[in-house]
Order: sequence, then structure tokens, then C-alpha cells
Amino acid sequence: MMITRDSDWTKMFNRRALILGGAQGVLTAALVGRMYYLQVIEADRYRTLAEDNRINIQLLPPPRGRILDRFGQALAINKQQFRVLIVPEQATKLTPTLDQLAKIVELSEHDRERIKKEVGRKRGFVPVTIRENLTWDEMARIQVNAPDLPGVIIDEGLTRYYPQHGNAAHLLGYVAAVDEADLTGDPLLQLPGFRIGKDGIERIYDLTLRGKGGTSQVEVNAYGRTIRELKREEGQPGADVTLTIDERIQRFAGERLGEESASVAVMDVHTGDLIALVSNPSFDANTFSRGLTTDEWKFLSTNDHRPLINKVVAGQYSPGSTFKPAVALAALEHGVISPEQTVHCSGSYRLGNYVKHCHKIHGSVNMQRAMSVSCDVYFYEVARRLGVDKIAAMAKRLGLGSPSGIGLPNEQGGLIPTEAWKKAVRGERWAPGDNLNVGIGQGDVLVTPIQMAVLAARIANGGLAVKPRLVRPTGPGAEDLEVPSLGIPPQHLEAVHAGMYDVINGPAGATTAASNGKLRFKDAEKKTWTMSGKTGTAAVRRWTDAMREAQKRDPESIPWAQRDNALFICFGPSHAPRYAISVVVDHALGGGGAFAAPIARDIMEEVLRLDPSRKPRMDEQIVADAAPLQGIRP
Amino acid sequence: MTELGFDSARLRRGDMSPVEKIWQMSWSLLFWVTCIFAFGFAMLYSASGGNLNPWAGPQLARFVFGLGVIAVVSVIDVRLIMRFSYLFYFVVLLMLIAVDVLGFVGKGAQRWIDLGFISLQPSELMKPAIVLALARYFQGVTQDEIGNPLILLIPLAMIGAPAALIVLQPDLGTAMLILMAATIMLFMAGVRIWKFAVVGACGLAAMIPAWALLHDYQKNRILTFLNPESDPLGTGYHILQSKIAFGSGGLFGKGFMGGTQAHLNFLPERQTDFIATMLAEELGMVGLLALLTLFMIFICYGYAIALRCRHQFGRLVAIGLTASFFLYFFINLGMVMGLLPVVGVPMPFVSYGGTALLTLMFSVGLLMNVYVHRDTQIGARGGFNDF
Repeated sequence: MMITRDSDWTKMFNRRALILGGAQGVLTAALVGRMYYLQVIEADRYRTLAEDNRINIQLLPPPRGRILDRFGQALAINKQQFRVLIVPEQATKLTPTLDQLAKIVELSEHDRERIKKEVGRKRGFVPVTIRENLTWDEMARIQVNAPDLPGVIIDEGLTRYYPQHGNAAHLLGYVAAVDEADLTGDPLLQLPGFRIGKDGIERIYDLTLRGKGGTSQVEVNAYGRTIRELKREEGQPGADVTLTIDERIQRFAGERLGEESASVAVMDVHTGDLIALVSNPSFDANTFSRGLTTDEWKFLSTNDHRPLINKVVAGQYSPGSTFKPAVALAALEHGVISPEQTVHCSGSYRLGNYVKHCHKIHGSVNMQRAMSVSCDVYFYEVARRLGVDKIAAMAKRLGLGSPSGIGLPNEQGGLIPTEAWKKAVRGERWAPGDNLNVGIGQGDVLVTPIQMAVLAARIANGGLAVKPRLVRPTGPGAEDLEVPSLGIPPQHLEAVHAGMYDVINGPAGATTAASNGKLRFKDAEKKTWTMSGKTGTAAVRRWTDAMREAQKRDPESIPWAQRDNALFICFGPSHAPRYAISVVVDHALGGGGAFAAPIARDIMEEVLRLDPSRKPRMDEQIVADAAPLQGIRP
Repeated sequence: MTELGFDSARLRRGDMSPVEKIWQMSWSLLFWVTCIFAFGFAMLYSASGGNLNPWAGPQLARFVFGLGVIAVVSVIDVRLIMRFSYLFYFVVLLMLIAVDVLGFVGKGAQRWIDLGFISLQPSELMKPAIVLALARYFQGVTQDEIGNPLILLIPLAMIGAPAALIVLQPDLGTAMLILMAATIMLFMAGVRIWKFAVVGACGLAAMIPAWALLHDYQKNRILTFLNPESDPLGTGYHILQSKIAFGSGGLFGKGFMGGTQAHLNFLPERQTDFIATMLAEELGMVGLLALLTLFMIFICYGYAIALRCRHQFGRLVAIGLTASFFLYFFINLGMVMGLLPVVGVPMPFVSYGGTALLTLMFSVGLLMNVYVHRDTQIGARGGFNDF
């Protein structure tokens, strides 16, 4: 009985064991099926996902190219910068470590708050910046004390540095963090802390200076910690940009301008190389990368001398009498007067009911004398005979009234009015009296200092349409400079040259300073007079006789912003011109002869002394070192 | 006399000397268990980046100790084990209650009981305890008696009590595992299939209130199990990373100690619940199939021992232990491959963990005991002579 019962149970057990075993077999098969799905069918997809998990691609920013002057002097470089960082997970205790550090370097309460906040927010292995821009001394002290400062590390980086501080600051521009609008798809731009050129050369040559970023493939763990570098692709450092500027002349001009709100452009009359391009007062772009204080920013942005404006390209001025050479050339071209014909100056000029005054009674003046004494009556008469459109055509040929083409940001075009312009913009007919104003460079005429330098250069070089430039073109054939002619007959230019020569060297010049010989100077060897020029004084407001009287008694009684602008253009040496200079002093205490001309004279003397165009440039020196210089370029 | 030098009568009576019993052990089963452990040891060695510490070394020490446990357990007379089955069950049940009370007092999940010299996880001990207790209960129960539903009330209570206590810990995975192992035992004891259907239907109906009792993190685990990729940074992260590790391992793996997912910490708990994932990543499908084959061999031994045993107690113990062993690795593998919810069931013999390994070794000891005492005759009440 017992046996039967037992064998029944055994049968049942064996049968059910078979069912159970079968079920387990099916479940195991399901596991194997799942394995096959994950590890064979979907393997590629998961392999990619695993690699994505593991590999991070980091961009390596290339060092930014330098900006050099024509002889290789550094204007913008990268400076090694030391930062002190703390790795929270290596710092056993944060507060004592910071206390210890505060004995070595300055740490403000504000810094401490920020550090504590960042440490709380970031993962333990992410370094937190304690301070940037450490001096070498501070860095050395921290390294000496390193054993007492667990988790404190020093990091080197590159920051943009302008070794000449304020010299050429407007021209060079500056670098700053990337804005949303700057994003072009270059991944470098998305790198935190990456800086791009925001103004000046830094901006227009940004792509050249920037270089190409490298990449580093690193393996990271689940928390983002870098384990090791897998692959590294070095980028391409940014290329240097060599300017046509001579930093010595740039600096000399800036210093010569002193406190004035003023501009200077110095240009090679044959090549168009800009030797100096100065806007004063200047600023130190290094303070931008360090971060401006509120006071500094307030000073820069609200100062009436407008230090942030690059006035040499963005300042628009009435040229005043510096416009007269253009009027004279137009007159000769259209035959309304010959160089020898005279106009009588009785101190005033009448056109219908309209009376205009000259600043003196000059008597009968021909062109040479009208230029050297800057007789307004002569040019009223000439302008009346010409009409505005003929003057405008010549002014434009000489480079006035349109951007110079050097590409600096915010460059202004100026304005050369025509009859059509007045009709279109003002809706008024051109009045005969308007011609008189244009004839002496007033009225609606507006030019920039760099355009004035171009005007001087084109007159000086025999009527060639030279264009200003800041960087030499590179590549094959780039040096074969073929400057087209403006088609002005040489005898016309000679007549203007004669007048401009007399402004400086004439027996009775246009200014007291000139007549006293203060503007004369000699070439060191040849003992010849070497500069020709034209003064200009432009009113910025309407003057009454009473005000003029007051000005004569005490020039300083006139508010600064209402004083006349003093202008001057010149070229030298007179017999074989190489350099043209324009100087504009905003709201000077006197006219162009008294205030702008002496500045131009000193700069010209310095330029001729250093004569940068006759010396091999930085990029030619390699050739020059290898073989003796074959000849001197013009 | 058999060819082994034993009198078959002595085998039936079970009055062999301990040395004879050791000689009677299934040495090949021990070999396969050692093979499975070797996989685990290698993976723990890899998990710590090629170090015996902190995992591989201690685990090896436990394994050696566990071999001693196997030897001791397999020589104890099976009738003695049967007699103490209920006691063992109640002691473990009391420990579970103690753990729950301590957890309630300490206001947090509590799974451990600290005996001073050793920390025990009573829920692990309950796995063999429930098997022994149920086998003890059904020893000598005839087919006719099993047909009486009332006779099932006691085993249902015996299953329900520990399951409820473990759910409260809360340890859903172990509770499910115990419930399923016990169900298999009831099935093997001969309970009619329609009764399972009834209980199953009731269970489904009970799921609705049970859902409300689950912790939020457990609910989330079930929800993300259904679509883990919906929340790759949150609750679905673990399973997604585990699947990536599996898939990226491919057929042959990334090489021993070369698993990027495991070593760069994308894989959670690589030394415990997700150790199979690491194995799959480093040794590929081939390595995993090798491990699976070893498990299958072990299961087959379990079935062979059960079928070969001549007493109901031994058969039920063997089948119960084998079933719970199968459930162990099935749930673990299903979990890491995204087939089942992440419930925290370790991989037997492979995952790091002291109580789990020693309980498993104890279970192997019991299996071995059943094998050694396969022909011993047992009375209905576990007596030595009352058949």
C-alpha cells in the first residue's frame, strides 16, 4: 500500500519535474535570445553609444597671432598668465587652505564667497579659480608653499597683451568674449573664455590671427573626470600680422599731441603705407582684458575728448583752408583762372546782397600767394567761377568724401556736397552763395583726417591715385605696385606745390608762426627746406563780431567745445616728397597755423629722420640678411 | 556489497561514517560550482581594476569557508536536518521580524542583523529555510491528502509570513523569489494546477491595492522598466547603461579588464547586481554563454539529485533549492538585460556578498546531503525507524 502510494507520487513528481524543467528551458532560451538581440543584432548601435559615453572631444585653442609694426616691433602679443586654482577634492579643508593662501596673495571677502559658492556647485575634481593675473612673485610664493596648500594648483594661460599700452590702441582694437552674433560655426567660438577681435586690426584680421583649433580626444568616466588622452590633433597657431605702422613714429605723434583731442595720419605718398595713424587721447586696451572699474569706464565713455572714438577715421571735420589745394586744382583744370592771374582782395567779397569777409586785406593775389596767405576772397571768386560740382569732382578724385578703404571699423565717409546732393537731401536749390562756402572748405564739406592725408599724398606724388593701407598685400606680384594716375597735368600740381611750399617757407607765410620761420627745418645733410603744407581753421559754430573780439582778448574764455578746429596737411621733403601728414586738433586755442602746423612739423622732422620707407621692413629683413640690399625702394 | 564498498542496507539506513559520507559526495557537482565561482572571482578581480581588494580576496575566503560548510552540512544525517527544519524556519522568521522592527525603529530600509561577529541578511537565509520547512511539511503527505484544500492552509501561511516581512523591509526582489520558489515546491508536491489558477487570479486582483503600498522608487522602477529610455538621466539610467554595456560587448567582448562601461563607472553596482553586465561587456556573448552553460549543468545536477532521491523530503528540498537557484540567475540576467524590473537580485556565486554566497554554499551542502542520503529511508515524521 505504502509502496503504491509512493510510486504514484513518484510518477507525479517525475512528470511535473519534466514540465518544470521544460519551462526553465524555455525561459533560458528567452535569455539567450535577448543576449543575441543585444550583443549581436544591436551590437553596433550600443558600441557607438558606449564610445559616446566614454570619449569627449575637447578643443585646444590655438595661440593668437601677434600684431607687429613694420620693423617687427610687437604691438599685440600673448602674455603668459598665471592663475591659481583649487581642486576641492584634493583640498582636505577648504577654509584653512584659503586662510593659508590669503597670507601669500590678496584674497577679498568677495573672492572667498564666490569660491565657496562655486565649490558647492561643481564636482569635486573640477578646479575652481581662486585668482587670475598673478604676478610672477605671487606665483613663486605659492609654489614654495605648495606643501602647506593641498589641492592648490597653478595654471598657465595666454591672455592678449598690448606691450605699448596706449600706443596705437584705436588702430589695434581689442579682443573680447564672443557674442551670440559672432557665432559663425567655428567651434572655437563656443569655447568658454575664447576671445575674438572686437575692433581695429584685431577685428579685421581676426581670421588670420585666430588660427585653427586642435582637438584632444579624452576618455572620461561617468562623472566627467578625464582619465587619459586618447588622441591629440594639434591646431594651427594664428598667423602674425605685420602692419605698415612704425611704432616709433606712432608713439612720437601720440606723445606730441599731449592732452589734445586730435588726430594724426602719416602716409607714404608712393606706396600708401600708413606710417602712423593716431587718435588722441588713447586708452590702454590691457585694462579691457583685466576688466574696467566703474570709474575707468565712466571716464572713457563720458570724457568730452572721446577717447574711445578712433577720430582719425571716424571724426568728420570741415576741412577749412586745407581744402583750397583741391579747389585750386579744379580751377586750373577747368581753366577758370591761370596761376598768374590775380584776384583783388579788399577784405571782403560781395555776391549780390551776400557779403563774405576775408581774415585780412591781401590786395592783388595770384594762386601761389593766395595759397600761402590763404586768401579767402581769391577762392570765393574761383569757386564762384567753377560751381560746386566741378570742385566736388576734383575733391573726390583726390580721395575726399568716401571711405579710404583701409577697412577699419566705424570709418566715416565724410561728405562732398553737389547740387544734386542738396536737392535730394535738403530739397533745396543750390544757391550761388553755397559755392563760396565750399570754396574755403566750409559749408557742408566734411572730411576725415585720413582723407586729408590721402589728399596731401596725391598732390605730393604727382597726381597718382595712391590708396592708404595698413598691411602690405602678400602673394606673388603683390609688390608690383602700379598706382594709376589721376590725370592731373604736372604744371597744375607745380602751381599748387609752389603755394604750399610758401606756406612754410615763403617770405610772408599764411601764419605768424610760418612767417617767423618757426615751421622751417632742414634735412640733416642737404640743408634744404623740406616741407610743404596747407593750414586750415574751421569754425564749429556761427561767430558774431562781438564773440570774435572776446576771443581775441582772451581765447580761453570761449568754451572748449565752441572753439575752432585747427587743421594742417603737409608733405615732405618738398623737392622729392615721400611722406604726407595730416593733423587735426579739435577745438584748439588758435588756428591751424598756430596749433596744428607745429605738431605736423615736429612729426615730419621725426619721420624724415627715421625715414621708415627707406629701410627694409621686417618681412624683407630675411632677404636683406641673406644678400646685400640691391636698391632702395622709392 | 556494492562496487563502492557499501552495503546498500547501510545506505538505506544512512548509518555511514562521516568519512564515508564525504566519499559519497558528488565531487563533480563541487567542481562545477567552483567553475561558476571562478567566473565570479575573475569578474570581481576585474571590477576592482586588477586587485584582490576590496572584493575578490574576501569573496575567495568566504568561498573556502563555504566549502567547509558544504562538507559539514552534507554529512549531517538527513533525518536530523528534517527534524530541525521547522526550528530553523522559525529562527529565521524571528530574525526577519527583528529586522523589520529594527528598521521601523531606525526609520529606514533594514536588511541586516548584526550578531557582533557577523552581519546576517535573514531574507537570504529564508530561501533555504522555506524550502526545508515546506519539504518537511510535505514529507509523508499523500496525493489524496494534498487534494484536501485545508491541508494547504498551513504551507500558505508558512510562505505568506516571510514574504510579507521581506516586502516590508522593503526587498521586493527577494520576496518575489521566495514566493516563486515556494510556488514551485507546492507544484512539485502535487498541488492541483487549477488551485494555482485560483490563487493566481486572486493574486492579480490583489495587485491593485499592492501597487498603492509600493514605495515610489519601486513604482518608478516598474514604470521605467516598461520604457527605460524615456528617462535616460533618471531612473532609466542604470538599465540603459547596462544595455549599452551588454551590446557594446558584442560577441567576444572588449577583453578581460577592458570594459569601458564598467571601469569608467557608467555601470552601477558592477560588483553586485550588475556583475553579469560587466562579464557580458568584457567577455562578450561567448563568455556569458559559458557561464550560462555552467548554470545549466548545475540545474541538471539538481534535477538528477531530486529524481534519484528516494524520499519525498529530499526530492522536494533538491527541487526547491534548484528552482530558487534558477530563479536567482534568471531574474538577475533578465534584470540586467532589460527584460525584468531592476529588483536587486544578485547573480548566484558570482556577485559580491557574504550572506548570499554562504547561503548558496549552505544550499549546495543541503543538495549534497540529499545526494549522500538519497537512499536513506525516512518516516512520515522524520523518525529514524518509524516507516
